Formats: sequence, structure tokens, C-alpha cells
Amino acid sequence: MRNNLILGTLLTSIFVFAALISFVWTPFPHTAMDIPNKLQSMGGEHLLGTDHFGRDILSMIMVGARTSIAVALVAVGIGMGLGVPLGLFAAAKHGSLVDEIIMRGNDLVFAFPSLVIAILITAVFGASAINAIIAIGIFNIPVFARISRGAALSLWKRDFILAARVAGKSAARISVEHILPNVTNLLIVQGTIQFSLGILAEAGLSYVGLGAQPPTPSWGRMLADAQTMVTIAPHMALVPGLAIILTVLGLNLMGDGLRDYLDPRLRVTRI
Amino acid sequence: MVRYMLKRLASLCISLAVASLVIFTVIEIAPGDPASFMLGINAQPETLAALRTELGLDASKVERYLSWVGGLLTGDFGISYTYRTPVAGMIAARMWVSLPLAFYALLLSTLIAFPAGVFAAARRGKVGDMGVMGATQLGVAVPNFWFAMMLVLVFSINLRWFAAGGFVGWDKGFWAGVHALTLPAIALALPQAAILARVMRSSLLDVLGEDYMRTARAKGLTTRQTLWRHGLRNALIPVLTIIGLQFSFLLAGSIIIEQVFYLPGLGRLVFQAISARDLIVVESVVMLLVFSVIIVNFLVDLAYAAVDPRLRSRA
Amino acid sequence: MTLLSITNLSLAIHSFSILRNITLSVASGEIVAVTGESGSGKSMTALAAMQLLPTGAQAKGHVMLGDRDLLKLPEKDLCGIRGNEIGMVFQEPMTALNPVQTIGQQVAETIRVHHPSVSRQAAHAKAIATLERVGLPVDQFPLSRFPHELSGGQRQRVVIAMAIALRPRLLIADEPTTALDVTTQAQILDLLKRLAKDDNMGLLMITHDLAVVADMADSIYVMRKGEVVEQGQTGALLRNRRHPYTQMLFEASGHKVNLPPAPASSQSLLDVRHVCRDYALPRKALFSKPGAFRAVDDVSFSIRRGERLGLVGESGCGKSTLTRAILGLEQVQRGSITLDGEPVFSQKQPNLSVRRKMQVVFQDPFGSFNPRHRVDRLITEPFHLSSDPPKGADRVNAISQSLAAVGLSPSDATKYIHEFSGGQRQRLAIARALITRPDLILFDEAVSALDVSVRAQILDLLADLCKTYDLTYLFISHDLSVVRTVTDRVLVMKSGKIVEQGATETVFQAPKHPYTRKLLAAAPLLPTLERHVQ
Repeated sequence: MRNNLILGTLLTSIFVFAALISFVWTPFPHTAMDIPNKLQSMGGEHLLGTDHFGRDILSMIMVGARTSIAVALVAVGIGMGLGVPLGLFAAAKHGSLVDEIIMRGNDLVFAFPSLVIAILITAVFGASAINAIIAIGIFNIPVFARISRGAALSLWKRDFILAARVAGKSAARISVEHILPNVTNLLIVQGTIQFSLGILAEAGLSYVGLGAQPPTPSWGRMLADAQTMVTIAPHMALVPGLAIILTVLGLNLMGDGLRDYLDPRLRVTRI
Repeated sequence: MVRYMLKRLASLCISLAVASLVIFTVIEIAPGDPASFMLGINAQPETLAALRTELGLDASKVERYLSWVGGLLTGDFGISYTYRTPVAGMIAARMWVSLPLAFYALLLSTLIAFPAGVFAAARRGKVGDMGVMGATQLGVAVPNFWFAMMLVLVFSINLRWFAAGGFVGWDKGFWAGVHALTLPAIALALPQAAILARVMRSSLLDVLGEDYMRTARAKGLTTRQTLWRHGLRNALIPVLTIIGLQFSFLLAGSIIIEQVFYLPGLGRLVFQAISARDLIVVESVVMLLVFSVIIVNFLVDLAYAAVDPRLRSRA
Repeated sequence: MTLLSITNLSLAIHSFSILRNITLSVASGEIVAVTGESGSGKSMTALAAMQLLPTGAQAKGHVMLGDRDLLKLPEKDLCGIRGNEIGMVFQEPMTALNPVQTIGQQVAETIRVHHPSVSRQAAHAKAIATLERVGLPVDQFPLSRFPHELSGGQRQRVVIAMAIALRPRLLIADEPTTALDVTTQAQILDLLKRLAKDDNMGLLMITHDLAVVADMADSIYVMRKGEVVEQGQTGALLRNRRHPYTQMLFEASGHKVNLPPAPASSQSLLDVRHVCRDYALPRKALFSKPGAFRAVDDVSFSIRRGERLGLVGESGCGKSTLTRAILGLEQVQRGSITLDGEPVFSQKQPNLSVRRKMQVVFQDPFGSFNPRHRVDRLITEPFHLSSDPPKGADRVNAISQSLAAVGLSPSDATKYIHEFSGGQRQRLAIARALITRPDLILFDEAVSALDVSVRAQILDLLADLCKTYDLTYLFISHDLSVVRTVTDRVLVMKSGKIVEQGATETVFQAPKHPYTRKLLAAAPLLPTLERHVQ
């Protein structure tokens, strides 16, 4: 549906835009405490209210968007950058020991949710936003490896690949020249989905203190701060929560819309 | 069937071995010596050496790995660096909060997702379908810990139906325990149910386009009969994969949710252990989590074979 | 007595007209065939008679079963008719059965869904009897079998058993043998004929293959673009062929090309000597040695320069494996394959200098081109191996020449593949194979996916190219009539072995091996023109 794509892109751009603007301007300095004005509710001088230190929530949301988007984007990059070549390689060597090892390795990584990886990394190196990136990135690798392998395998069965082999092209060349362009749409769509999952995961990790550390603002940590205040200042929990929901919703809608837009076969009505 | 099970079992053992190796190696990289950490800066070299021997830290890496794995197999997880008590005991107490919570959430998620997915697929393109799909779109986007905070706000603080946190313990009776875990389980389950319902729906829609569904209609089955008798079981095959994957998310999620509800589970334990640099506890908890996920995926593999006869004979 | 009578049926899907004013009728015990090329609406006619139309379909007119109009009946009544009074058999037996239910469950379901009071045991007994009727005796095919444990022909028998379990008055068969081998096809057609006769059942056969129904149907309807263009008693219709489309269809089905005589040459181009190709089977037990399946078994033959060799055999006979081995895509376990004296595969590596001299044309006109590349890039791909590929104007020239040779225009070079029809794509595939002027071309079922009229054009093209380019090729096909017209010599392959080879006409007229005789007897043939000219 076209509407999904438009609405999704709109929502996503709002947050990307807010993140970009925050580099040059925020309504208030996001770290500035103003104890006399703490816990102000929405409306008024502070549009989205203030937290228990009197910091402006809108400013923190804008800067927090930066963290979320950066973490999720880099994590998707790691997942794609390593996962796609692995998947294409496994497909090219389908049925061989290498393929088996890559796939079993994938299954194994699936047994380590990003939170568990983050726990391990934090235990060893201490908490930071980099942890979150690595943890989510590692978990993305098998996701991309698996879908690119699956798509590549069905392409390898097609006659045009056979024709390229008859023309004497190597498996690596065929993967780049024939397979990759035909899986790009799929990767774009999956990339959008993983991006949104990355934002959720980053929020979760920051919430339990395994992600971005103070003073780097992050939506997850804003929620952790809000937890003890939830009865007296519900807006402290509502605003970052809605920010997460709307961003993720936007990305998901965009992913669905892109899938329908890029791959007309999915629009075919079946009997 | 036996061959299939043996094959899956072998792959399960390999996964566990590799996972334990990975975890052990990562923890080995950690800087600092647990013994000096435990005794503080002013420790005497002799006491330090004695403690290192006691903890088995002066053995070679291979020996230590083997003794750790051997310990895991016999239920001896070592001694906590901070509390000087057996890790196994600490974990055992907490495990009975986290694991039941994850399973409870898995059950809820499945119970919600199946009817929702079937309902939406049966009414594809109609108002009911659009309603369910809209709700799942939203459900997928909600972070579970935030949802948990909202549940606490509404059901514990305003309505006072549930306690806002803490866990009464299973010795207060099964239902008391279930009651205490209900809000956390709902918070965990709903977002996952949204994903599962979407998968269920699209899997059913795929199946509806299959030739054998048309064959069934040609036999004189109604649309509904076709859906239930021929569609559901075939649609279940991809859904099982997702259920298996979801368990690992739910287990990880339960660790986060425990923070919202102040539940004395593995999550609290592991976060305390991280801040106290009690690495042996971290190591064991992580191993336990990974172990549970691998076991559940093994069970899913068996469920596959039960659903799909082609797997049984191929193996 | 008229059983099914369709009058003025028109059908549109989302206001896109599919059928216009179809009128046809089937009487008890009568076999009626509906034939036509793809897009003629023949399958949609069958689905309309079953009222199993896709969503969004709107039908007008009458579909009368006895005195009831199926277009006006509520869904509940239709469910009571489907499977009970009308049975249906579909084209693709591999996917028509539910993979997770046993064949017994699926046959018994037809009975139980219409007669819920029948006990499970009684339904099973009836399922056994029905499967026996379609040639699946219970001692060899117990009810507990799953579809994946049966061959294509056996699965089609199960589908037929499901359709006739309640002895319906009408059976609709939509391309029931298209996906099957010719010998299996003959058996299934015999079965359908016998069942129709025994039960005095009306049989509505949908098929694209005129030859299949020529000696079976009582009357034939010829359809084209959603309309019935001609109908009549089989004999009269085939004799008279009033409508030009029927004439064209008839001519194209038995199309003979004018193949120029092969240049006299004794120089051997391709030599295949004692070739064996094994595939490893999954291990039976954990530590036992894996078994092997010999797909190609001690095959020897050669192709002379300028010769057009045919290779016929049914699915699974090893002809595709042999093709891949000749192309050097897979290593053989024993024997040698040489082109001009050089091996196609040496030391675990395909010999690229040899492969350069070979090209191939595949079956599927839709899958054999990368949808993301333009035609010029697609058809110049074979230049990849040449040491000095043409550049600039030479390249443009080569592309134009190649396109012109297959009857396309040079301006097609900048188009994408989705802009071409199936027949045009097959022309492009030939252009791609010709562009390097290879010594040998392999045609792997190259015309099997095409409609008969398009197939006839491509075969003519092939004959023309033989005149201009002195082609040498290996033509692999399951279709005997096609192989007969475009080859000089033919090999017959069965279970990995070449069972007979010889000059094409000799083999077709006086087959020596029993398998060749069986194949020829099973192949449906159109009655020759002469027989009917008075």
C-alpha cells in the first residue's frame, strides 16, 4: 500500500530530521539542569516538560534520537557488511562443508540474543554505546546471512546463472554481477526492519545500563530515570516511549511499503 | 525419525560445546585477577596465592575450561567471587523466576497470536484483518519494558489489581506465583504476539494459495473446513521457526522486564554480578541462558518432524 | 442426456474480460475436450464449472448441472455438489496433495465430508477400494503413505481417486497429464477413459495438446482468447478444420521443418566415451559409507561436425546430468568428454578454452535471463571467455547481427527482458548462443515450455539457422515429434544408459529396443492429414 510508504517515510524523516537539527540547535542545552523547574509537565515553556533535574525533555529526545539512530544504523551496517558476503558465499558453495559451517555458526549466534552478547561484552570491557552497537551488530549478521543465502540459493537454480556459468564466469563474479543486484530489494526491506529492531534493542540495553552511558542522552536511559517518577511525572515515561514507538512504527511501515513497492510479485492476488 | 532425532541431538551437543568455548574465551579476555579483586589492594602475596589455588586460577586455560565444563555437567558452577557461596545455589533460586516467566510469556504470546493470525487471514482485506494488522503494527513497535511500566501504572498503581513489584515465591502456592508473574508476562508477550500473529497470517495466506487447498475445495470442503483441516498444519511449519527464535528474545526480554518489576531473577543477579565484577556468576548465567535457548530450539526441531512427515523420512 | 450445459458464459476478473459467450455441453458418458493455447481461457472455463473462481471474478450466463444453475446456487449447496456430483483433477500432481496428510486420509476425506455418518472404518474401506480402482492396490500402496513417497504418476492417481471416490456424474480434468512423462501420460489417459466408461461419467478434458485428445474425445471445443472459435465431433472437426485458428493449431502441433541436409563431414566434433556420473546418496546409517546413484551409466556417442543429434528420454533418465557434464559444469566419475580432441574438464577444473566453443539454450524462457540487465549485456555474456571480445562498433555489429539472425530488431538491444514474450525470449536465448559462433550448441528442452504455434516458429528459425550457419547441435527433449523433425540422428536414453541410437527416421520407423517402441507407442499422435482426405 502506498499510504504505508508515505506515512512511514514521514515518521522516519521527522526523527532523522530532529536528530540532525540537534547538532546545531536544541530548545535548551540538553544537559542543563534547572532544579527549580524540575518535573514540569507538558506545554508551557518546556514543550514536552522537564525531568527530575529540570532538564528539557524535548532537547533530550532530539539528542537521544542521534544515539538511537547512530547505534541502529551502524549495527545494520555491521550485519549487512558481514552477513551478506557470508550468505552469498555459503550459497555459492551450497552443500559443501563451508556452507554447513556458516549455517551452523549462524544458528549458534541465534542462541545469543543481543542482550546476552551485551552482558558478556560489558562484563569484560565495561558499559558503553559501542557495546550496544557490537551486540546488536553481531546479532544482525546471521539475519542477513540467512536471508541473502536463501534468496541466492533460489537464484542459483535459475537458468540465467547456469548461462553465466556456461559463459565461464567464476562463482564470485556471478555472485556480484548476477546475484547481488537481484537480492538488493530484499536487503533494503530487511535492512529497514533490522533498523527498527536495532532501535528497540538499543533502548532496552540503555534501559538496563548496558548501552550509552551518561552524559550521552538516550531514550532507554530516559525511561530508566522515569521509572521511579512514573507516579508523579508520567510524562517522563510517556514522551521517550512514544518517541521509540513512533520511530519504530515509521520504519516498519516504510519497510512494508518498500516491499510492496519494490517487489510487484508480492502484490499478486492469489486464488 | 530416530535418525532425525540423533542428528538433531548431535548438532545440539556441538552447539553447546562451541557456545561454552565462546563464553569461556570471552570471559578469559577480561582484564584483572579475580583473586586480587576479592581480597582488595592490601592482600598478602601468600593469601593471594592460596586463594588462586583454591579457585583453581593457577591451572592452565585448557584445564580450567575442562573443569568448568565438567562442573557444569555435574551441577557444580564454582564459587562466587563476591559472595563466596556456590554459584549453583545462587542461580537455582533465581532461575525459577526467569525461566517460568519466559515460558509463561511464550504461552501467552502463542495463545494470543494464533487466533489473531487465523482470524486476520480468514478475513483478508476486510475490516477485521485491517484491525488486527493495525494492532500488530503498533504491538511490534512497543518496547516491552516501557509497556511494562504502563501496565504497572494502570493495573498496580491505579487499579491495584497486582502488586507493583517483587515476587512472593513459589512456596506461597502455584497460583500466587502465577499471579505475581502475570503483568510481566503480559508485557513480554504482547509485542512478541504481534510478530507471531503477523507470521501466522502471512504463512496462512501463503498456504491458501497452494494447489492442495484448491484440491480440498474441489472435494466439497467449505472455505472454513479447508482452512482448518489443510491450511493450519501446513502454515504451522514456518510459525514454529519463529516460536523457537522468540524464546531467546523472551528470555532476554525477561531479564530486562525483571528490572521494571524488581523481580529476583537471573537479570538482577547478572547485573549485580557485572557491577561487582563477579565474572564466574556472569559466565554461568550466560551459559544457562544460551543452554535454554539451544534446548528450546532442539524441541522446536522435534516439533517440526511431528508436523512435517517429509522431514521424518528425509533426515 | 445432457449433464452439464454452459450457455453464454462470460467472465471478468476485476473488469478484465477473461471469457466471452462460452457455450458448451457434456452428456453422460461423453468425453468432451477443450483445447487452446495459453491465455485461451480453457482452465478458467473448468474452474467456472466448479465455481472455484478466483476472488474478484464475475460470471454471467448459465452453468447448468441438470436443472440447477451453478451460478445461482448458494455456496453451501455448491459444497454439496463439488466432490460429490462433480469431481476435478488438476495439472500439477506434485502440489495438488496436502504434504502433511496420508493418501488414505485425503481420499477418505472426500467420503466423510459428504457423508459424515459413514464410520471411519467404512470410509477407509471405500478409500482402499477407490485407490484399487485407480491402480494403487493397498498391499503396495498402504493408506499410510504420504504424497512425497509417491511418484508423479502415482500422485495423479491419488488425485483421481479423491475425485471419483463418490462416483460423481461429471469429472473435470484440467491438463491432467501435462506434467507427466509420455508413458505415464498414456496410462493416466487410459485410466480416465476407463473410469468414464465404467461409471457412465461425463468427462471434461482441458488440454493444450490436440494430439492427447484426438483419439479420445467425442467432441472438441477449440478456444482462443476467451472465445470458442470452433466446435464439433472429433472426427469431423479434425477433418474439416473450418476456422483458420484450428488449422494453424493442427499444423503447428505436427509441424515439420525443412531441415537442410547435413554437410557431409566425417570429422568428429564431440566425443563422449564411457561416461559415468554418480551422485552421493544420504547415508543409510550414521557410520555406513554413503551410497551412490549412477545418473549417467557408461554413455558413449559422438557428434560429427555439422550433425544435428537428438537425445530423447523421460524425466530422470539422466539427460540433464549428461548435458551438464558435456558443458563441463560437473565432473564425471569415469570416462572422457572431448571437444575437438580436448577434454572439457581437466584436473578438477572446467577447461575454459573448450567451453568457449559451446553454447546452450535452456528450457525456461522466463528464468534464463537476468531481469536486471539489458539485452545487449545479456546476449554478449558468452564473450566473457573469448581472448579478444569485440569492442565498440564491432560489438554493436555483433549484437545487431545476432538479433537479426533470430528475427529480432537491433533496436531491441536496449530493452529489458520483461518487455519480451516467451517466444521472443527463446529467440534471444538463441541469439545469445549464436553470438560467439560456437562449434556446438546444446538445446536443453528449448521449445518445451512454448505454445505450439510459437514452438513451430522457433523450430523453423532453427532450420533457417542451419542453412545460414551450418549449425552442429545436440537437441535434448522429451518430445518425440519435435526431435524427429530437427535432428539427423537420435539417441534414446533410459535410466542413465543409451538404449538405442541411429538415424532419426530409422529409429522412429523401425525402433529396435523395446523401450523405444514403448515410448513411440505412448506418444500421442495427431491423425495424419492424408488419412482423412476423401
